[in-house]
Amino acid sequence: MAAPVSVQVEFGGGAELLFDGVKKHQVTLPGQEEPWDIRNLLIWIKKNLLKERPELFIQGDSVRPGILVLINDADWELQGELDYQLQDQDSILFISTLHGG
Amino acid sequence: MCQVGEDYGGPGPAELQPKLPWRGCEQKCMKCKEGLPVLIIRAGDAFCKDCFKAYYVHKFRAMLGKNRLVFPGEKVLLAWSGGPSSSSMIWQVQEGLSRESAKRLRFVPGIIYIDEGAVCGQSPEERAKTVVEMKLILQTIAFPYHIVSLEEVFNLPTSVLQPVSQGPRGFENTYKEAVDGFIQQQQQQQQRAPEEGGGEAVLSDEQIQEKLRQLSTQDPVGQEEVAGDSLPRPAQTTALMTLFSSVKTLTAREELLQTLRAHLILHVARVQGYTKVMLGDSCTRLAIKLMTNLALGRGAFLAWDTGFSDDRHGDVVMLRPMRDYTLKEIAFYNRMFGVPSVFTPAIDTKAPEKASIHRLMESFILRLQAQFPSTISTVYRTSEKLVKAPRNGDAAGAATARCLLCMCALDIDSTDSATAFGAQTLERLAQKLSPAPVLPTGAPGRPCCTKGTRLQPGCCRDTRPSSEREEPRASFIEQLCYSCRVNMKDVPFLEPFPPYILMESQCRSQRAWEKQEVQEFLFEESEEEALHPLGFSPQF
Repeated sequence: MAAPVSVQVEFGGGAELLFDGVKKHQVTLPGQEEPWDIRNLLIWIKKNLLKERPELFIQGDSVRPGILVLINDADWELQGELDYQLQDQDSILFISTLHGG
Repeated sequence: MCQVGEDYGGPGPAELQPKLPWRGCEQKCMKCKEGLPVLIIRAGDAFCKDCFKAYYVHKFRAMLGKNRLVFPGEKVLLAWSGGPSSSSMIWQVQEGLSRESAKRLRFVPGIIYIDEGAVCGQSPEERAKTVVEMKLILQTIAFPYHIVSLEEVFNLPTSVLQPVSQGPRGFENTYKEAVDGFIQQQQQQQQRAPEEGGGEAVLSDEQIQEKLRQLSTQDPVGQEEVAGDSLPRPAQTTALMTLFSSVKTLTAREELLQTLRAHLILHVARVQGYTKVMLGDSCTRLAIKLMTNLALGRGAFLAWDTGFSDDRHGDVVMLRPMRDYTLKEIAFYNRMFGVPSVFTPAIDTKAPEKASIHRLMESFILRLQAQFPSTISTVYRTSEKLVKAPRNGDAAGAATARCLLCMCALDIDSTDSATAFGAQTLERLAQKLSPAPVLPTGAPGRPCCTKGTRLQPGCCRDTRPSSEREEPRASFIEQLCYSCRVNMKDVPFLEPFPPYILMESQCRSQRAWEKQEVQEFLFEESEEEALHPLGFSPQF
């Protein structure tokens, strides 16, 4: 049983438009059986934060191609992408590089 | 990527390798072998923050150095949309200008921002807020700037659409001479500086004045200067929105926006004496643009539309110094080094994936890139290899026919053979022959008196046959390239177009008609002449 984790989720480059225009979200992920990783976080975001057109943010079990993910200001490709296990007080940033956000 | 037996449905090649439990601290920067890597550029190259910065800054200077097109002391207009790429470009220019003398960039920059809020669904209040935000950033940069609203297209003169031919410039020798001359001039100025303070400023002012004078002789119609910061008139905003809402598809709207934006930038550059314009297109964007333009039928112009330099306008050359950067690099750089940018909604914001060719191609390329990490660079390298066809006729002094909208040399297939172009002409002929014309021209009769076009008096001396007079649309279409013709299928009415486009179209069809008239005469004469030798021949 993993303890609840508190992380900062941030959106930029126009991705925030799908989240009511709010860029920074301080969220607490409830404790659950398996540890929190980015894969689970995306599902949680889709359920709890995403306000409209989920297909413009999430495709399959990952983010839509063209959206960059930064974990603590570093490239998620360096940290195992979807398999990265969230630590308390991590900051996760999603930047859209798509035209028009 | 294309090996037999490779499983395309499975994970991408990068993921085929056994995956290490990657933690940032376990890997080192591939450049300095010491630093903590913060991002991966290309497949597997991890960079630390410092090495990434050096790499990024070098790339910009290398791009300008390699191409040798920007002359020292030249006025360069930086086209800024507020987005990440163009913001990063301005930042790089600023960084380059603040360097110590030997490595300093030597051109004189200015910035243009075009407020497209009206067609991107922003309310007047939102637009005002965006402009305030833009100004705040512009004031910290301290370059001269021009904020222009898209509505200004309704005040453009027809001269925008007339290419100014200029001899080829930018050969290595000329470039070297220019650099040497500039350095000498600077040294002289520095010697003089202690004696007469502010000499430099006076000189550059004079140069600007002279350039402006030259411009006014080249461009007699261009008296209406683009108003600087003033808010657009509501009537023009309405007119602009009428124009865009009359366009049936998002693809055509996007193309129209690009066309109008290009005209506006060109006009401001000419009026203000800029001879180069820098655009912020990134490698990612250009790869998408290349495929999009192919799909739009702009294959003939790819070298201009996606290359480093675009000289279609003659006097003002468009450059793309950001074309070596991927959007990932740009986004990371801007984030790490606090480059300010402003997000403004675009014309296709929140549109579904298949809403336009542009949008569809973007998701196609990016999805392919996610599976095959070399997709974008492969497409982009192709764009680098494209060679511009020589501009025929320029050498002889005769201007080549240009597309009215995109201003590229017309790719007209005069033989009307079995091509897409020929098919289009046939289609139009069929429409012409059909008893009930389906073209909603809206302005039958005298085309130059269409309301709202504000034509000079005397233009109505239209002596053309009535069939031609009734079809301003047909003659308008005839002045376009293949792609723009296809695009016009989704633009049902001509009336909402800004007057400068309609006026220029009018002038061109008038000129073409006059030319035809004259040629008929010439033809008869030459026929007579051709008969003479025969007539005289028996005497010899």
